[in-house]
Amino acid sequence: MNRISKAGTEQKGESGNQESRNRNSRIPFLLVSRLPDFLLIFSCLPIFLIHSASAAPVVIGSKKFTESYVIGEIAKRALTDAGLPVEHRQGMGGTIILWQALRGGQIDAYPEYTGTIVREILKSDRPLSLNEIRDSLAKSGVGITEPLGFNNTYALVMRRSEAQRLGVRTISDLQKYPELKIGLTHEFLDRQDGWQPLRQRYTLPQQNVIGIDHALGYSALANGSINIKDAYSTDAKIEQNNLVVLEDDLQFFPKYEAVFLFRLSMPTDAIAVLRRLQGTLDEQRMIRLNAEAERTKNYTRAADSYFEHHAGSASAVGESFSHKLARWTLRHLQLAGFSLLLSVIFGIPLGIVASRGGPVGQGILGFASIVQTIPSLALLALLVPLPFFGISVRTAIAALFLYGLLPIVRNTASGLQDIPRSLRESAIALGLSPMTRLWEIYLPMASRSILSGIKTSAVINIGTATLAALIGAGGLGEPILSGLNLNDHVTILEGAIPAAVLALLVQWFFDLLDRVLIPKGLRL
Amino acid sequence: MSALVKLVNVSKRYADAAALHPTNLSIEHGKTTVLIGPSGCGKSTLLRLIIRLIQPDSGSIMFEGEPITPDNIDMLRRRIGYVIQEGGLFPHLTARANVVLMARHVGRSQEEMQPRLQELCDLTRFSENLLSRYPVELSGGQRQRVSLMRALMLSPELLLLDEPLGALDPLVRASLQKDLKEIFARLQETVVFVTHDLAEAIYFGDEIVLMNEGRVIQKGAVTDLRDNPADPFVSEFINAQRGLVSL
Repeated sequence: MNRISKAGTEQKGESGNQESRNRNSRIPFLLVSRLPDFLLIFSCLPIFLIHSASAAPVVIGSKKFTESYVIGEIAKRALTDAGLPVEHRQGMGGTIILWQALRGGQIDAYPEYTGTIVREILKSDRPLSLNEIRDSLAKSGVGITEPLGFNNTYALVMRRSEAQRLGVRTISDLQKYPELKIGLTHEFLDRQDGWQPLRQRYTLPQQNVIGIDHALGYSALANGSINIKDAYSTDAKIEQNNLVVLEDDLQFFPKYEAVFLFRLSMPTDAIAVLRRLQGTLDEQRMIRLNAEAERTKNYTRAADSYFEHHAGSASAVGESFSHKLARWTLRHLQLAGFSLLLSVIFGIPLGIVASRGGPVGQGILGFASIVQTIPSLALLALLVPLPFFGISVRTAIAALFLYGLLPIVRNTASGLQDIPRSLRESAIALGLSPMTRLWEIYLPMASRSILSGIKTSAVINIGTATLAALIGAGGLGEPILSGLNLNDHVTILEGAIPAAVLALLVQWFFDLLDRVLIPKGLRL
Repeated sequence: MSALVKLVNVSKRYADAAALHPTNLSIEHGKTTVLIGPSGCGKSTLLRLIIRLIQPDSGSIMFEGEPITPDNIDMLRRRIGYVIQEGGLFPHLTARANVVLMARHVGRSQEEMQPRLQELCDLTRFSENLLSRYPVELSGGQRQRVSLMRALMLSPELLLLDEPLGALDPLVRASLQKDLKEIFARLQETVVFVTHDLAEAIYFGDEIVLMNEGRVIQKGAVTDLRDNPADPFVSEFINAQRGLVSL
C-alpha cells in the first residue's frame, strides 16, 4: 500500500563506535604494506551497532502512509503513557512485509484493516466476520482488537468540477465515458479486491489505465494527466484537492475497518493498552488527524492531538532541521560505510581467488554479476522474508554489501591479472614466499585498480542507501521517500541534495586516498 | 672441474610442441656458459627450468649434486640470481627497495645491507644518488644495472641472465657489455647467459651451448664450433653472423 507518509521523527541512530587503532608503523614496511592499513582506516568509520538490548520494548510497526503512521504514533503514546518501553518502526512498507515482520517477531503490533486481512492475509474470497478472522489469525499466533471506529475503504475519486460537468456521481456512471484516463496505485492494480474484479463488476470500458505512485497520482489528477484514481475514504487529500468520492453503488468494496494486529505472545498489559483504543476513532476524527499530520508533517504532534485532554507533551515538539539532517546523514554514512567495509573485507579475497581463473574464479565473478543485475528494490524484498534479516538495518546493510561486491571483486581480479608475467616471475625467481608476493608485490601493484573498484562501490552505496528507508532503516532516503509521498519537492531535496553532496565528498575522499595508498612509483 | 648444475634427461612440452627434448647438460663451476640459438630454440626454457618457473615433464635437475624439488626450490632460489630482458623491477618500489627486497625478507638489518649495497653500486657503476628513484625514473641501462644488483644482493652462487641486454640501444648495450664482462671476471662466479647474438656469446662465453628446435646441438669453445661443427646447422648459424664477427 502506497500512501502518504513521512519518515521517522524519533528514530534513534546508534552513534558509531569510533574505534581507532594504532597502526603498526614500521617505516620501511609501510610502503609495501599499505593495503592492510587501508582496511584499518575503514574500520575506523563509525560502525553501526545492531541494537542495544535493554528491557525489550514493545515494537509497533506501521505501513508507509500517513494514517498508519498516525495510528502507530497513537499506540506509541498510549503505551508510553502506560509506562511501557516502546519503539515505533515507521513506514515499513506494505501489507506482506508488515505481516511477515509480525509473524517473525520483528514487530509486536501494527494497525491493519479488516478487508485487507480477509483478502490479502487470509486470502479468503468471501467476507468473514470478526470472529472468523480472530479464529483464523490465532492459528498464526496473532490476535486482533475490536475496530478502532472508522471504516477506511477504497474509493475512486475524481475532480469535483469534472464530475459535475460530466454528471458522474457513481462508479456505474463511468460506463458512459470510456475515454477517461485512470491512474491507480500499483497495489490496487494487483489486489484481489482491486482493479480487475472492480472492472468486471461494473463492466468498465476504460482502456487507458496506468500504475502510479499514490502521492504523485494526486498531482496527475490535479493537472489533468489522469481523470480518476483510487483513494481511501479517510484520505485528507480528498478535501484538500477538492475531489469527490464516486459512490460504490454496487457495494463492491468490502469493509476496511481499522484494527490492531498483535502477537498473542505480547505482554498482556500492552494488549490491554491497545484494547483501550477500540471504538475511539471515528471517520471525522481520523480525517482530521490525517489532515493535521499532513499539514504539520509531524505525526507525533498529530497523534498527540488525539490525546487532547492530556497536557501537550514536550516530545511532540518537532526536531530542528539541522538535527534531522545530521541524524539522516550519520545513519546514511553508517549504512554505506559498514556495508562498504564488508564489501572490502569479502570482495578483495574473492577477487584474489577470481584472478586465478578456473571454474571457481568464473563462479565468483558470475555470482557477483548476477547480484548486480537484481534491481535494488527487488533485492531488499528478497532478503526481507529470510529469518535473520526481516525488517531491519541488517537487511539494508546486507543488500548494500552484495551490491558493493562486484566492482571490488572485478577490479581486484583484473588488477592482479594485469600484472605482467615477467614481474610475477621475477617475484617467484627471487624466492619470495607466496604470501609475501601477494602482500608486497601483487596487491600494491594492483592497488590503483582495487581502489577504483572500492570507489565505485562507495559511490553506488551512497546512492543505493537511499532505498534503505523503504524498510525503515533510515538515512537520507527518509526525506526523499516522505517528500515523494507528500508530493513535497522541498522535502525530497532535503534528502536528495545531501545525498548528492555526500557522493561527491566520498569521490573526493577517495581521490585523496589514492594519493596516500597508491605507491608513488605507480603514480609517476 | 665439477658441475654446479646438471640436467639429466630433462624435457618440457607446451601444449603439443616440444620446447625441450630430453636434454643432458652440465654447467661448470666458475665459468660463463652462454646458451645461444635462434628464437624458440629452447634456451630460455632451459633457464626457466633451472630456476623452476616451469616444471620439467621428465628428468631431473641437480644443484650441487642435489635434485631440485618443489620443497627446496625456495631456498635454492636465494642462491641463484636471475635477470631478465626487461629487468623485471617492481614499479612500486624504489631502486633501493628492489635491490634489498629479498635481503630484507630473510631478515638482514639495514646496517648489514648498507655496505653490500655500496659494494654493488661500485661494481655495477650505478650512482648511489639514484637509489631512491623509481624504475620509471631510470633509463633502460640503469634499470638493468639495478636488476643485476638485485640478483647479486645475496651473493648467489649462480647467476642466470636471460637476454639481459636485448632491449637496450647499441651504445648503452656496448658499455654495459664491457661492465658485465668485468663484473663476471671480478666475481669469478658461475654464470649462464642466454643470447641470440653470436658476437655477445663469443665476448662473454667460456663455453658456448648452441641450441636449435629444443635440442643442444653442440657445446664447446667457439673455436670448436667453428672448426669441428657437429652438425650442418652449426656452420649455418655461425656463417649467418660471420660477416659481423671476426672469428
